[in-house]
Amino acid sequence: MGIVSPGFQGRPRSSEPALPPGQYLTQDFPVLSAGPTPRVPLDTWEFVITTETGAEYRWSWSELMALPQETPTVDIHCVTRWSKLGTTWQGVSLDTLLDGIDTDAHYALAQSYGGYTTNLPLEDLRGGRAWVAHTFEGGDLPAEHGGPARLLVPHLYFWKSAKWLRGIQLMGADHPGFWETAGYHDYGDPWREQRYQGD
Amino acid sequence: MTDMSYLDGNMLDGPLREVFAVDLSGATGRCEHCGTVGPMAAVHVYSHAPGLIGRCPNCAEVMLRLVRSPGWARLDLRGTTYLQVPMPLDQPHPGPL
Repeated sequence: MGIVSPGFQGRPRSSEPALPPGQYLTQDFPVLSAGPTPRVPLDTWEFVITTETGAEYRWSWSELMALPQETPTVDIHCVTRWSKLGTTWQGVSLDTLLDGIDTDAHYALAQSYGGYTTNLPLEDLRGGRAWVAHTFEGGDLPAEHGGPARLLVPHLYFWKSAKWLRGIQLMGADHPGFWETAGYHDYGDPWREQRYQGD
Repeated sequence: MTDMSYLDGNMLDGPLREVFAVDLSGATGRCEHCGTVGPMAAVHVYSHAPGLIGRCPNCAEVMLRLVRSPGWARLDLRGTTYLQVPMPLDQPHPGPL
């Protein structure tokens, strides 16, 4: 039985796309949320990177939009076991945002409007692997999916891609975030199936 | 576009019965953030998530997080100052000690 995917091109049709262990493929975009959806007006939105010494680097919405934009097409993997392939986003690379910031930090804590947090090594935000994304499939990122802007770190489970991103705290020591303190894995590599602490 | 809907705290009865032997359906809790005391059945529970999140119906801060892995369950109550459960003594109290 064949599965027809109109308009889906660029991959060999002879084999199913590879998925991380324990994941299933979904075509829709499930909405997961640990609380009410924040509504953040663009005229008051800001993004702040704070270094381990307390230095702050701020961008307004218009300043973010004036930075070089990238349009990554990536696969995303949720720890609740769905994966979605070939999603296209637009945003600003963390390489661009971190450029010129003087830091000796090894860890980062993403902080969201609404209070959500998630931690990850700073090096995972570098190297063309992480973005502040504001556009999904050519349209404004809907609030239920993290708009105005969310972190996009597709090589880790999607809970690391914090919705409603407000800032990133750079730190010398690791500081577990919302799901990590509740028992989820500190790093969250889907290809090593690092779902829970101890995996 | 609509917000994620939440369930009321009654849906926690089954998941928490796995953790506690006592029946928590009639429990009262105090929100550590705003101090509101009320029935846990009134907590707003967000279940479209990697765990169950219970939020205070007054201030929306997190009171309870329950994560279930294949091997364990973790209940994080740092947002709840206390839980009070109905637990009548089997016999009348014997009086002042």
